[in-house]
Amino acid sequence: MQHVIIIGAGLAGLSAAAALAEKNISCALISLQNSERAQSVLAEGGINAALDTMGEQDSVQYHYEDTLKGGVWLADPNAVRNLTGHAPEIVRWLENLGVPFNMTDSDIMLRNFGGQKKKRTAYARSSTGKIIMTALIDQVRKYEASGLVHRYSHHNFIKLLLENQICSGVRIQNLYTGELLDFKGIVLLCSGGMNGIFPGVTTGTTQNSGDVTATVFRQGVALANLEMLQYHPTTIGISGKRCLVTEAARGEGGRLYIMKQNQKCYFMEEKYPELKNLMPRDVVAREMFFVRREFGGEVFLDMTELPELTWQKKLSDLRQEILHYLHLDPKTNPIPVREGIHYFMGGIDTDEFHRTNIKHLYAAGECSCQYHGANRLGGNSMLGALYGGRKAAETIINSADFISEENINYSGEIPPPASPVLIRNISQILVSGLGIVRNQRSLQTALENLHSLSEQKDYTFYEKNRLLLAEAMLLSALERKESRGAHYREDYPDKNEAFRKTTVSECETESQVRISFRPIPEMRSDT
Amino acid sequence: MITLKLEILRRTSPEDTPVWKCYDYQTPDDTANIASALNDLNQTLENPVRWECSCLQKKCGACAMLINQKPRLACDTSLKEFVKAGTVRIEPLRKFPVIADLIVDRTILFENLKTMKLWFAENAKTNGSQTAYEASRCLQCGCCLEICPNFYAGGDFAGMSAMTLTARLLTALPEAQKKEIFKAYQKHIYEGCGKSLACRKICPAGIEIDQLLVNSNAVAVWKRKFRHEK
Ligand SMILES: Cc1cc2nc3c(=O)[nH]c(=O)nc-3n(C[C@H](O)[C@H](O)[C@H](O)COP(=O)(O)OP(=O)(O)OC[C@H]3O[C@@H](n4cnc5c(N)ncnc54)[C@H](O)[C@@H]3O)c2cc1C
Ligand code: SF4
Ligand code: SF4
Ligand code: FES
Repeated sequence: MQHVIIIGAGLAGLSAAAALAEKNISCALISLQNSERAQSVLAEGGINAALDTMGEQDSVQYHYEDTLKGGVWLADPNAVRNLTGHAPEIVRWLENLGVPFNMTDSDIMLRNFGGQKKKRTAYARSSTGKIIMTALIDQVRKYEASGLVHRYSHHNFIKLLLENQICSGVRIQNLYTGELLDFKGIVLLCSGGMNGIFPGVTTGTTQNSGDVTATVFRQGVALANLEMLQYHPTTIGISGKRCLVTEAARGEGGRLYIMKQNQKCYFMEEKYPELKNLMPRDVVAREMFFVRREFGGEVFLDMTELPELTWQKKLSDLRQEILHYLHLDPKTNPIPVREGIHYFMGGIDTDEFHRTNIKHLYAAGECSCQYHGANRLGGNSMLGALYGGRKAAETIINSADFISEENINYSGEIPPPASPVLIRNISQILVSGLGIVRNQRSLQTALENLHSLSEQKDYTFYEKNRLLLAEAMLLSALERKESRGAHYREDYPDKNEAFRKTTVSECETESQVRISFRPIPEMRSDT
Repeated sequence: MITLKLEILRRTSPEDTPVWKCYDYQTPDDTANIASALNDLNQTLENPVRWECSCLQKKCGACAMLINQKPRLACDTSLKEFVKAGTVRIEPLRKFPVIADLIVDRTILFENLKTMKLWFAENAKTNGSQTAYEASRCLQCGCCLEICPNFYAGGDFAGMSAMTLTARLLTALPEAQKKEIFKAYQKHIYEGCGKSLACRKICPAGIEIDQLLVNSNAVAVWKRKFRHEK
């Protein structure tokens, strides 16, 4: 028996499990596959914290300001205050777990990352996520051995158990035996981004199918800012997915250009002389889209001027990867890059304490909508997942009215997974409406196509959930009649203060999507 | 255009008798690999082939399987290699219990890490150690265990997937843990390994297993011997 049920064992889930265990609270840690396979291991560039080890007079205040500004003032300032304030502590904690961050002579080395004026990103060469995960998995193993963390790998989330709109647990299935289980307890969702809604065109893992988010939405959990999809400007196409070229490539001096009348045009440097190639991701991605539309051809990332030592010490893994997949050596050849869907700022609507609209249900990490507003800064999401997991655990501990009931075997039917054909069809519709540059017409057409797809037949449980989530995504983008962060509307190219609000999606009567806007909380003076 | 026969050893459950099934496969994608082929194939099958994947870029270890008898990652194995032969044989790893088709239960690998108590009991800084970094890269995919003549599930020998994690700990092991971890290392790694290094060649992450092994032996075994001799 456990006190808390955590769905997902990436950075957020592990962080929550560790935080609960530190206070002697037990949890069931449920995931489709082992933690080693979670998307968190893919993170490359690093994690942000104003450690100020580089003599640049960085501060938590600057980190706070950059994060709010990067998110174009759509993030909850109180939550961001907490996040950035605790960032140094989180990175020191990781250091104490034995994460071999790159070091200066005396302390953790920090690098430049997009949207930040100071060096603030701690990293372990170009495999930061993997290296942090290894240390965190080791740490949680200690709690597994002491009986505080009960792992259920290869288990699939089926649905929430709700009693009068209060969450009382989850139904899960053992994928190896087929056995169904009803687990009772407070539930914390850490199930990652919605990659599976866009199969083949994201940089993430196939494991994060989006089914958890879609299902809880249908069950009455509110979602927020679904229109905010982050396109990473530099990805390369490999078989079955988009593969990320870390932002560190530009942080270390990589430059973007396109051929214009047979000349290399360094369009980012020309247009943005201060931050140049390190403008926030949405800006870079959009500029790439526009120069391609104007001049034709591909955009190239030029890393040929980077010093040998940088390749050896900082970007060795990246070089290997590009060699492996493109058969090109980035040391000597510029490489063609395009935008790919990389991060979901939107997701399960949570407050700064990581509570959802349903009692006893919490969410943290990439599945939740928190901290990043209209755009996430590189290096802030690992931080958000680690801190968010911790914060959610803290809230749960403080509000402790733990349920103590036995888990039981469930013996009924469960719905089949969504058909691959439908998944692909929905994805195509969404991609056509929710590209980097959007407008009323393309969104409206996408919505109509989705409706005619929805009416084609009687869909199964998971299929309906997906259709509803897709509709909420399109409606959110339609209703936000402005451009802000990752959401760019050609027909409303400017930011509009009236829309400095959270887009909330709710599913009424299991079939009707309702969109509303909620004001951003005021900054409290006590934090 | 790539044209190939995919021969896949299939079974619906652990108890089922496995059967080789042959599928014709064609793709215009020259960079296609076994993972993308399995995904494509599954779109056309009424009973899709069960297998595990996640990252599709050889970073998570999920998709380890036997490909023409060799333990490899499906997403790291290009179809081009097999075009000439015209066929490729795909089956589940043999050292672990099969669940269905290409899925095996690698729980034993993780259990061994627990048995050896591989964690830091207190704060420990690795100070940017290159060894800790290299060791942390291990995918826990199990390819090294599959190829190893000395590893079998349930035996004392935990194999290189446990050695890598120990190597990370050894770079900063707190005094209080030394005795226990050294002992575990001796029993579950040092004594079982014949040092043929077949594992080094097969490791899809290209981990410098030989280097890590030499280092770890030096710290965990020889130092201890040396102390005993004193
Ligand atoms: C290529 C790449 C590079 C990145 N680089 C950086 C970077 O440099 N810096 C940075 O800050 N961020 C980076 N990110 C983003 C960051 O890695 C993620 O946002 C973060 O790791 C998410 O952690 P998480 O714990 O929320 O989710 P994940 O790590 O995705 O974990 C999700 C968990 O949920 C489980 N799960 C999902 N569905 C189910 C289900 N149905 N049933 C049961 N369990 C389920 C999965 O098994 C998994 O354990 C990068 C992302 C990618 C893809
Ligand atoms: S050492 Fe290599 S082969 Fe063995 S588990 Fe680790 S990554 Fe896989
Ligand atoms: S060196 Fe040989 S015996 Fe030792 S783990 Fe590798 S394959 Fe096995
Ligand atoms: S799917 Fe991750 S290694 Fe192949």
